[in-house]
Amino acid sequence: MLTLNHFLVLGALLFCIGLYGALAKRNAIAVLMGIEVMLNAVNVTMVGFSFFNTVKPYSTYLTGQIFAIFIITVAAAEAAVALAVVISIYRKRSTVDVGEINLMKW
Amino acid sequence: MDLATLLFWIIAIILVGSALLVVGMRNIVHSALALVVLFGMASGIYLLLNAEFIAIVQILIYAGAVTILILFALMLTRTNNISTNSNPTNRQWWLAAIISTLVGAAIIFAVTLSQYSTVHAGSGVAYGTSACALPPNNVVYIGQLLYSPTCYSYVLPFEIASLVLLVAIVGAIVIGRED
Repeated sequence: MLTLNHFLVLGALLFCIGLYGALAKRNAIAVLMGIEVMLNAVNVTMVGFSFFNTVKPYSTYLTGQIFAIFIITVAAAEAAVALAVVISIYRKRSTVDVGEINLMKW
Repeated sequence: MDLATLLFWIIAIILVGSALLVVGMRNIVHSALALVVLFGMASGIYLLLNAEFIAIVQILIYAGAVTILILFALMLTRTNNISTNSNPTNRQWWLAAIISTLVGAAIIFAVTLSQYSTVHAGSGVAYGTSACALPPNNVVYIGQLLYSPTCYSYVLPFEIASLVLLVAIVGAIVIGRED
């Protein structure tokens, strides 16, 4: 018998693994991969809430799934812009190490 | 244990394992390939939750487009030690491990043990009746919810999201252009 807690705990596990990847990695693209894992964890949680929702006016409008669609849209835009930034920095500095990218440090 | 629960556990174990591979592999190209497995398994979770449209969109956009973008960025920013350790951690990795463990423990405590936990949530009803006639499947229903002119729909957020995508495309081209 699946309950909502299964999906919430799964989303929490995925979220903290992605958070570790985003915080601990030196390669900027690995940081982006951690952020993608975190966004997927939030999507799992949203779709789980949408499936187990019984509150009447909201469960008929599938609010969680619509929310997940907008998260996917924004994640695609974020990936495109962030990878363009990474490639642009690589052209100027020849590195993708986030510890060495200090253009805005005073 | 019914079939859905069995499938959930198989998919969840592969999902968490591939997420650990994404953050743990020493070669970053292998991390990107583990990310494909993660996206596919997440779409399996969406299928278990009666969300067919999101599952297909997940495979199309994440496993198709985002992974290709990441692999292209990896090829364009190729460093010379790609095979030895191209995915290193920084010096504060233990601090990151502590922070992410604490955040995960806090979320799991909140959803399972605390007094605000969701044990009283419903047990899985699918979408019911709406103002429109009941649609035949999830894809048609989401289509009506996204841009139906007469029923309750999310037309304005949909248009704003398309504007966000347009700005992101133009921004990516302008930022990534060689001058």
